[in-house]
Amino acid sequence: MSADRESPASGFVAPGPRSLPVDPSIEEGRVPDRSAERIPELHEVDCPPDLRTRIEELMGRYPDRKSASIPALWEIQRRDGWCTPDGIRRVAAVMRVTPAYLESVASFYDLLHTEPVGTHRVAVCTNISCWMRGGDELLDAFRAAAADRDDELFVTGFECLGACDIAPMASIDERYFGPLENSDAAAAIEQLLAGGEVLPEKSLERRGLAGDGAGGEA
Amino acid sequence: MPHRLETRVLLEHAEDPKLRTIDGYRGFGGYSSLEKAYREMEADEVLKALEDSGLRGRGGAGFSMGKKASFLPRGEMAKYLCCNADESEPGAFKDRELMQRNPHQLIEGIAIAALAADAGHAFIFIRGEYDAQADILDAAVAEAYEAGYLGTDILGTHRDLELVVHRGAGAYICGEETALLDALEGKRGNPRLKPPFPAVQGLYGGPTLINNVETLSNVPGIVGKGADWFKGFGTEQSPGTKVVSVSGCVQRPGNYEVELGIPTRELIYDLAGGPEQGHEVKAFYPGGSSSPVLTAEEGLDLPYSFEAMAEAGSMLGSGSVIVADDRVSIPHMALRTARFYHHESCGKCTPCREGTNWTVKMLERVVRGEATPMDLDIVASVQENIIGHCLCVLGDSMAMPVGAMVRKFRDEFEQVMAAAGEAQEIDPHVVVQAPPETLGATPA
Repeated sequence: MSADRESPASGFVAPGPRSLPVDPSIEEGRVPDRSAERIPELHEVDCPPDLRTRIEELMGRYPDRKSASIPALWEIQRRDGWCTPDGIRRVAAVMRVTPAYLESVASFYDLLHTEPVGTHRVAVCTNISCWMRGGDELLDAFRAAAADRDDELFVTGFECLGACDIAPMASIDERYFGPLENSDAAAAIEQLLAGGEVLPEKSLERRGLAGDGAGGEA
Repeated sequence: MPHRLETRVLLEHAEDPKLRTIDGYRGFGGYSSLEKAYREMEADEVLKALEDSGLRGRGGAGFSMGKKASFLPRGEMAKYLCCNADESEPGAFKDRELMQRNPHQLIEGIAIAALAADAGHAFIFIRGEYDAQADILDAAVAEAYEAGYLGTDILGTHRDLELVVHRGAGAYICGEETALLDALEGKRGNPRLKPPFPAVQGLYGGPTLINNVETLSNVPGIVGKGADWFKGFGTEQSPGTKVVSVSGCVQRPGNYEVELGIPTRELIYDLAGGPEQGHEVKAFYPGGSSSPVLTAEEGLDLPYSFEAMAEAGSMLGSGSVIVADDRVSIPHMALRTARFYHHESCGKCTPCREGTNWTVKMLERVVRGEATPMDLDIVASVQENIIGHCLCVLGDSMAMPVGAMVRKFRDEFEQVMAAAGEAQEIDPHVVVQAPPETLGATPA
């Protein structure tokens, strides 16, 4: 980057010649994104009417409109696959908050994605109880099965998902499955991509109470 | 059939999928406590019943629920009730079971507690990962509105209550009550300085009662059958039953509802089946990953109650037992625990943000064999410098178990360091690949 370059967006003037080479990304990072500081107007953001209605309905559930920020970001993620900058600007315009505010919220939470992710989401628990029962190995198996399918699949390790009774387990498109064998990973990925039902016999929904299978009847 | 050691109160009839629907729940006598409370009782009477019952919060701290509710000031200002369903503590999965199998019990409990606290607006803050359970709650709340148990002029008593199911988006810290309030207000989930406590200044600045799912699920029984009935279960200082999540190296991990005070050995060995044949319990977390681990010698023969666990230097916490058998490497378990808190630290307070980070780095050095015994002293001192120095107890929640592990298993830390230093193969854990068959499957 030349030292006398002037950023047209902000009027920011880069500092004079330096003796040390500087990573250009650092310089660019210093250019403030003014657009994120201003609440966009509705006509600027091209917000579909049904999205606007939905966000307004969400705001109406709470005494304070800002409480709708997480539900509204969920809505964007449901529609766009992730919290897109355009989606965030639409929410910002309807909620009358700045895009920067919504980004600060979205970036805090593990389930809100601020970058594109695959269509199907697989979260493998690697916390204590799952780790003891092979959660790391299960994650490796899922990663291997999903290799080179980044557009369709987002596989990630995850902190405790609250299902240590079915360890090792995974949350596949927000539904819980376990206890899983490593070989289940490839089968699950195949079923996901084929659009079929995933591992029906391993679904948490189908599981009974632990005490009912424990013997020692009263 | 429940196991003979189980006492099912909250999970009574939970094996029946019909319980999820309002008709099924009413078929088992559901919502009669709500009708009794709204039609026949004053707020103070409900409050007194809750206080008399001695019900202690089931979320972790174990504080008296009735007393907490009585801290809310009286007056015309808007008051709120939040149900903490952000169950994210490693090892805990009891609220998931309660919401999934008996959502109306929780809704009834919320409505009665809201009457006692004079709250007009209630929220269930459920962790975003529990999508299936949130769907179940959404459906149950809609049914309850339809039946007139929620909304305006409930049962013609001129009382109103709005109940909203609010999904979080994945952050352990939001289980901390003030961080939960910030998250519910639409912000990043950072804890607040206390005091003021939420009972005085909570959600939207108004007085707020915050209770765990299991605590609120106990309310209908107490109001319907009386405080004395409730005190008939458990011990004097820990009355009632408790849904205990047992996981880790046991053959039948799962939720078991027991009377508080049951011998811990029965819980781990008789109910959860204990470790596989030929293996022994080495240590266990008695109350989720935040509780200091107890060795088998220390803990197995204690009664499982708030007071006994506190006396032993640990805590009952959320009632989640994670069992490590003789194959689990304690240093690796400590690292796994520390990584979790490092990931989940919100970063607001320096001792927690930096302390969790450096603890992870030092424990990584330990298991790689790059540490010296002095590093263990530093790990221990870092833990001591976290405890009590932050806005919330997330840092303490790492410091307590990690500190306890270093203290109680120092020999093993030194062995692992020495072995790793000599580049020996270390098996951090033996994979317990014996997943039980789907237990007593119920049709979906």
